[in-house]
Amino acid sequence: MGIAVGAVPISPFDRDPTNLFILTQIRLPRVLLAALVGGALALCGAVMQGLFRNPLADPYLLGIASGATAGAALTIALHLDIYWGAVPIGAFLGGVLAVTMVYRIAQTRWAQLDNYALILSGVALAALFSAVTSFLLFYRGASHDARRLIFWILGGLGGAQWVYVLGLLGTLLVAGMILLLFARDLNALALGEEMAAHLGIEPRHLRKILLFAVTLLTAVAVAVSGTIGFVGLIVPHMLRLIVGPDHRLLLPTSALGGAVLLTLCDAVARTVLAPAELPIGIITALLGAPFFLFLLRRRAQLGASL
Amino acid sequence: MIRLENVQLGYDGRVVLSDLNLEIAPGEVFGLVGPNGSGKTTLLRAISGRLSPQAGAIYLDCRRLNQLSPKELARELAALEQEISCSFDFTVREIVELGRLPHRARWQRLSAKDHAIITRALALTHTLEFSDRTIQSLSSGERQRVWLALALAQEPKVLLLDEPTAHLDLRYQFEILGLICQLAATERLTVVLSLHDLNLALRFVDRLALLSEGRVIASGVPDEVLVPHRIEQAYHVRVRRLEGDWFIAEGVA
Repeated sequence: MGIAVGAVPISPFDRDPTNLFILTQIRLPRVLLAALVGGALALCGAVMQGLFRNPLADPYLLGIASGATAGAALTIALHLDIYWGAVPIGAFLGGVLAVTMVYRIAQTRWAQLDNYALILSGVALAALFSAVTSFLLFYRGASHDARRLIFWILGGLGGAQWVYVLGLLGTLLVAGMILLLFARDLNALALGEEMAAHLGIEPRHLRKILLFAVTLLTAVAVAVSGTIGFVGLIVPHMLRLIVGPDHRLLLPTSALGGAVLLTLCDAVARTVLAPAELPIGIITALLGAPFFLFLLRRRAQLGASL
Repeated sequence: MIRLENVQLGYDGRVVLSDLNLEIAPGEVFGLVGPNGSGKTTLLRAISGRLSPQAGAIYLDCRRLNQLSPKELARELAALEQEISCSFDFTVREIVELGRLPHRARWQRLSAKDHAIITRALALTHTLEFSDRTIQSLSSGERQRVWLALALAQEPKVLLLDEPTAHLDLRYQFEILGLICQLAATERLTVVLSLHDLNLALRFVDRLALLSEGRVIASGVPDEVLVPHRIEQAYHVRVRRLEGDWFIAEGVA
């Protein structure tokens, strides 16, 4: 369906060369990219919520996505983006820098004692990296770069190319395998780090591996689509209400749910104001928030009747 | 069997407990009592392998504790924290299933044998009837039994409990300690538990150690350790032993 709708209505079975080009070179990679980005962000959100035992956690907390955005913005501002692949690499380095800083803070004693300290430092770092991005935007002023920078800040799938699709697909497969292997450890972590340790898990080890996989995946997703909020936060909650908290089930279903949600949101973003495009973040928030509230309400009612 | 030899415990150079020499026999219910901050939790953490001794050695069945990997240790020994919170609303059965983690490789699914062990752990703790309910829908007394079922699903030889009766009303205190003692007898479990209530300690444990000011000031059977002058020494409270099993506090010493 996502393939068929757009500024130019095309049937998937159209044989006209122009339409075929739009279909295979623009629309199909874009739809696939939307699905992959949505899946990646939702999967990362589910893992982060489990890892930090905090319902507010998502790839944006801890500054991973903000770091990646700042990295991408810096690459553009320095005109390094004339080199192929420079922007995703810049985004990844930014994400790694953010997570390294958070991780250094996590090594200090006060952060080990208090998970909230870690989350708060993540929020502070996110603000710091956002400031870097904003500064670059302001500094580059009205130049051509500014438009490209805004793309990163608002997020969007307009730049979809096959190479992005393949790159993200590969990362999602690798990181997804790692994360799934540790799904049951995340279940144990729900009882707290000490209890997980009594069950034979090494919490510090687990944290390191999961943070690595999540950073990699988030950075690549941000590199190809900019910052798209809300998916990573909301999809795991929705799925937890539907399939329960078991991460072995929650992680794959969150990835699927994120893929479906973002594909739908992107289809809406492309069509409601066609030929203009709405930034997709507006759609994710407009669709996601009411649905989330609905699910919360329903659960409250079920809880009351049990 | 658990043996502590000249153990010294603490955090970051600060010493909490020293000169610990204890032997806990298989199948024994061993109590740790002492005032707040006397090191009961620290000692339990050390026996669980989560805190390395600053000096001395702790042995579990003649093997030094630090020679066992976390997973091996989790097959021998189950430990419950004083306050366990569950950040997501798992069902009781899902939680008890976690007890099988140390027995399976990462990619292995639960076998029929695992399921049998889980069901048995649920039955032993009388939690089978609400095993499909979620943890947050239970009362604190029921939850305490679920944590116990989780520990039993590990099939441990040793069970460490940090104040299992905290936050429970009188009835649940008796119920949970009765259950623990019964399990120690039927499952041949060695139980080490910390307790605040001396009356409960007197009634339920086989032997105990009284901790105060960084040392074990007495250990042995409750009737010999929990005598008024030792309690006054440890807690600075004057007490009188009533007929039978009870103490009554008479005022601050």
